[in-house]
Amino acid sequence: MDMLLSGAEMLMRLDVMVALLIGSIGGVIIGAIPGVGPAVAIAILLPATFAMPPLVGLTMLLGIYGSSMFGGSLPAILINTPGTAVNALTTYDGHPMTKKGEALRALGLAYGASFFGGVASIIALILLSPVLAKIAPMFGSREIFLAALLGIVLVILAHRGQTFAAGMLAAFGIFLQTVGLEPVKYTMRFTFGFDFLNSGFDLIVVVLGLFALSQAFLLLIEPESAPHAQRIEGSMGRAMMGVLRHKRVAGFAASCGVLMGMIPGVGEFTAQFLSYTYAQKTSKTPEEFGKGSPEGLIASEAANNAVPAAAMIPLLALGIPGEALTAMMLSVFYVHNVIPGPQLFQNKLDFVYALYIAMILLNIIVVLFMLVSSNWLLKIIQIPTRFLGMMILVLSFVGVYSLRNSIVDCAIAAAFGVLGLILKRQNLPIVPIVLGMVLGGIMETKLRSSMARVHVPIDFFDRPIAAILGLAIGGLLIAHFASLYRERQNREPESAHDHDMHDSFTR
Amino acid sequence: MANEPSSPGPARETPPRAGARFARAIRTKNLEDLFKRYRRPGDMAFAVLFFALSIGLLIALPWQTEWVKRTKTYAQPAFWPMISIIAMVVFSMFHLLGSFVSERIPGRWREVMQWLRSLEYAVWFMAYVALVPLIGYLPATILFSCAMTLRLGYRGWRWMLISVLFSIVVVVLFKSFLQVKIPAGLIYEATPAPFRAILMTYF
Repeated sequence: MDMLLSGAEMLMRLDVMVALLIGSIGGVIIGAIPGVGPAVAIAILLPATFAMPPLVGLTMLLGIYGSSMFGGSLPAILINTPGTAVNALTTYDGHPMTKKGEALRALGLAYGASFFGGVASIIALILLSPVLAKIAPMFGSREIFLAALLGIVLVILAHRGQTFAAGMLAAFGIFLQTVGLEPVKYTMRFTFGFDFLNSGFDLIVVVLGLFALSQAFLLLIEPESAPHAQRIEGSMGRAMMGVLRHKRVAGFAASCGVLMGMIPGVGEFTAQFLSYTYAQKTSKTPEEFGKGSPEGLIASEAANNAVPAAAMIPLLALGIPGEALTAMMLSVFYVHNVIPGPQLFQNKLDFVYALYIAMILLNIIVVLFMLVSSNWLLKIIQIPTRFLGMMILVLSFVGVYSLRNSIVDCAIAAAFGVLGLILKRQNLPIVPIVLGMVLGGIMETKLRSSMARVHVPIDFFDRPIAAILGLAIGGLLIAHFASLYRERQNREPESAHDHDMHDSFTR
Repeated sequence: MANEPSSPGPARETPPRAGARFARAIRTKNLEDLFKRYRRPGDMAFAVLFFALSIGLLIALPWQTEWVKRTKTYAQPAFWPMISIIAMVVFSMFHLLGSFVSERIPGRWREVMQWLRSLEYAVWFMAYVALVPLIGYLPATILFSCAMTLRLGYRGWRWMLISVLFSIVVVVLFKSFLQVKIPAGLIYEATPAPFRAILMTYF
């Protein structure tokens, strides 16, 4: 309890509060604009946050992360276009409700469910934190190595139907991380004699290229579009209360979000998939799903908004980011020489609590903002997409150039921008590259330090957590191949699938 | 996990609207399809390129990394590059094989042309990068955004005004307010003394 209070005290500063306000309102707006998502915004803002104290920078980025999904449900419901990647499922039931003339109800349910999912997950994690603080010290080098490996395995397997592509991209990420002067034996790796490669590829430069510049290029080469939607009339507050009639679905979805958020490599999509399947199976009206079922909408929104808080757990407790956004936030810690890991959870629990309280506040700010601003947001999202592309270019420049004032960095970022564009147009995932880069570095150092006490390979698994993680990795691989076999037996023709572009997956 | 059995979902088609690229985001057949991504035209081209990159890196491996004496395998500087490149080769080979045996989706070269079109904007971006140290952050940003606005086909003084305002907001926010590190432009040196310091610090 003391820790909770001291955490709250850490937040009672003007700069933290301003950062929270800017982050959460900015996040809603960015989330609502189809074409930019939290990844683009966080990538651009990262270098600017380096000058701020860690808590200020992190609350701002967390604000964007946690609130973008609120904003993203607005275009998902009204114009059938997900504002951020994780609102794709929301279109499934949200837009049919709009067509039935229930736009206000759908929006209210989406906001209400997001709020419920967000707050429930944070409360669950605050209660869980003391337990986690006890478990975290049981993670030594080899456990962290195995957890990072599990993250890589999961991020590959989670891309169903594209496991080979996800595998090659994750391996590419691991490779990128090895380039440059290696810090133990001081040899050069893959520098090809170029000086600028001596320091390797900077994660932020790569991330800015892959997420922000690629998105700008994508918007610039596509034909123009400016979304339009009808105004909303009526009481949003009452509509939000509608979620209380579906507490069971919302509760299950939030728990899915918490569990899936904590496991590195999986996240919103898996949580949504599970909660939606559950909601449909246990519903009295399963045939309504996909045609405007309020339960489906709630399952989608409560699950995705429960993830951000949980995704902070592996980041803070083990220093292992589970997806692209927390991977970016990890660099905020590194810049301030705070290495997240078991010690942080043990010794600075108040800092962890401060982040959680900030997230509760952010959910409240966003809901209050949403009560009054939906129609105003509808005006903002009408920015023509190619103009938006130009704006992203201008903003990306600040992000890359302010790092080291290096023109070479900008060229590298532009090259990764083109790569990112190709990946997005090919429906291939970007996240494996970023996770490969971050987790690859962790695996390299942790394997080296953990092998000192390992004589025969089985020694590696002689501690309980290591054994569990090892079994989990083995089990996952077996389950994956078993499900591939099942899938092969009831296969559909290639033309039955949708081969359109889904760039919303990687924004 | 995504290994769950697929739930039967409704079939739904959204008729394409002219120029509305986002509308086609949702044309999925069932729930599982929403979480899966399928091949697009040009997949073979990318698979070949990536496989070639992997093979190129594999060939370069012996002379771009070192095996140090008296060091265990897992601590070798070449260990992780080797693991990652081998994984790249294996995965990209299967990916390429997958493209080979799959039905061809028409439109490969049109898709590759789209990739090449993005190079134009990469050049625009690099021109902007080169301009900043010369004429300064604010003038370069205004020039870049106005030129891009014209290039993208937005005409009229309203668009120009929006671009100029946007540039000023970005520069004031990042350079004046957040004080990010962007060097002063060379031409600022030529301005009269009282302005020079202000220009160099804030714009």
